[in-house]
Amino acid sequence: MATQILMPALSPTMEEGTLAKWLVKEGDTVTSGDILAEIETDKATMEFEAVDEGIVGKILIDEGTEGVKVNTPIAVIVEEGESVEDAASAPAPESAPQSAPAEAAADAAPGPQETATTVPAAAASPDWPEGTEMKSQTVREALRDAMAEEMRTDANVFVMGEEVAEYQGAYKVTQGLLAEFGDKRVIDTPITEHGFAGIGVGAAFGGLKPIVEFMTFNFAMQAIDQIINSAAKTLYMSGGQMGAPMVFRGPNGAAARVGAQHSQDYAAWYAMIPGLKVAMPYSAADAKGLLKSAIRDPNPVIFLENEILYGRSFDVPVLDDFTVPFGKAKIWRTGKDVTIVSFGIGMTYALEAAEKLAEEGIEAEVIDLRTLRPLDYGTVIESVKKTNRCVTVEEGFPVGSIGNHLGAYIMQNAFDWLDAPVINCTGKDVPMPYAANLEKHALLTPAEVIDAVKQVTYR
Amino acid sequence: MAARKSSAKPNVSPDELRQYYRDMLLIRRFEEKAGQLYGMGLIGGFCHLYIGQEAVVVGLEAAASEGDKRVTSYRDHGHMLACGMDPDGVMAELTGREGGYSKGKGGSMHMFSREKHFYGGHGIVGAQVPIGAGLAFADRYLENDRVTFTYFGDGAANQGQVYETFNMASIWKLPVIFVIENNQYAMGTAQKRSTSGEDIYTRGAPFGIPGELVDGMDVLAVKAAGEKAVAHCREGKGPYILEVKTYRYRGHSMSDPAKYRTREEVQKMREERDSIQNVRDLLLTGGHASEDDLKAIDKEIKDIVNASAEFAKDSPEPALEELWTDIYSDDVPQGDAIDA
Repeated sequence: MATQILMPALSPTMEEGTLAKWLVKEGDTVTSGDILAEIETDKATMEFEAVDEGIVGKILIDEGTEGVKVNTPIAVIVEEGESVEDAASAPAPESAPQSAPAEAAADAAPGPQETATTVPAAAASPDWPEGTEMKSQTVREALRDAMAEEMRTDANVFVMGEEVAEYQGAYKVTQGLLAEFGDKRVIDTPITEHGFAGIGVGAAFGGLKPIVEFMTFNFAMQAIDQIINSAAKTLYMSGGQMGAPMVFRGPNGAAARVGAQHSQDYAAWYAMIPGLKVAMPYSAADAKGLLKSAIRDPNPVIFLENEILYGRSFDVPVLDDFTVPFGKAKIWRTGKDVTIVSFGIGMTYALEAAEKLAEEGIEAEVIDLRTLRPLDYGTVIESVKKTNRCVTVEEGFPVGSIGNHLGAYIMQNAFDWLDAPVINCTGKDVPMPYAANLEKHALLTPAEVIDAVKQVTYR
Repeated sequence: MAARKSSAKPNVSPDELRQYYRDMLLIRRFEEKAGQLYGMGLIGGFCHLYIGQEAVVVGLEAAASEGDKRVTSYRDHGHMLACGMDPDGVMAELTGREGGYSKGKGGSMHMFSREKHFYGGHGIVGAQVPIGAGLAFADRYLENDRVTFTYFGDGAANQGQVYETFNMASIWKLPVIFVIENNQYAMGTAQKRSTSGEDIYTRGAPFGIPGELVDGMDVLAVKAAGEKAVAHCREGKGPYILEVKTYRYRGHSMSDPAKYRTREEVQKMREERDSIQNVRDLLLTGGHASEDDLKAIDKEIKDIVNASAEFAKDSPEPALEELWTDIYSDDVPQGDAIDA
């Protein structure tokens, strides 16, 4: 019986990929384990193996085709004696093992159609002059460009971490850096976060400007003593004599279907610490501009990226030296009815909710904090004084969240302007479950943001 | 990789020998004074005295050159005095005053001097070990020939990050000397109760790092071992381990009840192995100094220490505004960076 071969999901967050090369042709006999094709994901090029034996009856997707969605039929395998014509109507395997992660990724992440299109930057941006030429770039490319640009202008900047060099980055963020800067400045480390974070701190004390990549911030838990006790506190403890001018960066927060130990947002943890600066960009332009500022900053910066955002495209200004200052929020949408404050991937929920609310006649002002330390309180307070209502949106845990802090700050500084209590929309107070349906409920949804807005606007 | 016991003795001049006597005596008298001020309530918090271990830092500083770096744990007063930091500034930091090295904001365990290449003063056991390797990483990156002395105790030698650091220091051939100051007690836990295997200096062998056991009560043996380790690092051969066997006469900190060892054990060490007495004997028997010469040195040291105590008492407490300074830097980093 003929079987369809489906485009596989080769990573937790893959939604589509390029069918780079077929290694078999129609009429070839294949057995389990034979390599059928090379598939390029946003992270890597991977070989795709046959599971069953049979004859390649028909190739449905030509090699070189980009943007092939996960679970699209790409070929048909027939048995001895079956005609290729039979193959065209072959059924897909009933429960393709690939389909579950792919669905989950689509639930957790922006839909596949969003990935393909560029999110326009806010109409009028004070971050670049009017009329600046823009180009579409993924967050991943923007981060790589930021590092490369800073490494070109400052010989003291280097990047170290697991798989940053020869592997080209576990999430491809450092792709191409080894070729341009060599192994003196792009350094693969062993899998010893505590140790290499400490070596990075020492190198910073010694005059260099390290970029320490954590494969994900979950693993930075191993290194947290060096980050907090050594990097953040030394300037103070030394009476201003020496500090750690460095960046700790990597993906933070939930990816998709990787369970409790690999899905956590550390924004509030690091934002608590005096001596650290904390950036958590949403757009590609902010990722680039903030990372360049972070590398130049004479203080230790925690730079929280997001795996799901890596592949999303945004407009990025084409400028020789584009930076975004710390402590300056960005208003993505102006509105008079409610202020929605968010940052990082929370912005996807905030913006989606604001769009739906607009259809119902509720105009939300959406503020992206961009940096959590320093935090742009002024922009938030000014907006709340206008809208008299505020909803905060973040993916992290609810207790001791950034939203809790903002709620308290607003209460102390704009109490008389509030017409409703501030509501914090957060991830649920549970370790991240693995099951697709449970994970979806553990994460924040745009519907929850809409509900919160309706509560504070009494609709 | 031969890990072995060191027995070499360097040739030293009478001047050098007198200098070591003076430097060791300064540490001892300074620490005695610090203990006194602690008892008077002028020094607070934790205060870890270095009395008994003086030959370790003085011997290794004798092997160091200008520009070499050092980093250590919280038992750091001796290291600071040995590398030439001002006793007034160290004592005033102990009393939490404006004139202290950290303007009173660091305390006994957290002092630094960029000028003297002293990178702390770290309060978390073992955390200074990767930091020391990182300083050496910077020197290798900057292509100079400096080395970093990274001091830690026998207790810290059981920390995981030490071995993470050994691994990276070896694969990257970092110019770092790991100085294990084995004073035989991790706080109150004797080495044999906490540390598997007798010889800590052999623990670099699996990583290809040579190690040596050194008599830490003999300043000349320490200096000789230090010179060998420095040469190894400067030649680009990577890290080196020195396990320096020493002894702390005082408690782990000021609040140590000393129930874990006998008074006789301490007394025996003081009487038979004291590093300062050893050098004093060498000076006198060798005819390199008279009793009067040594008395003059003793008086000079006493005056320096008394002056530091006066300074530390007289220096005002930091202004309240200091609470809010030095949290973030606005400046480009200082140091030895390549001019961009």
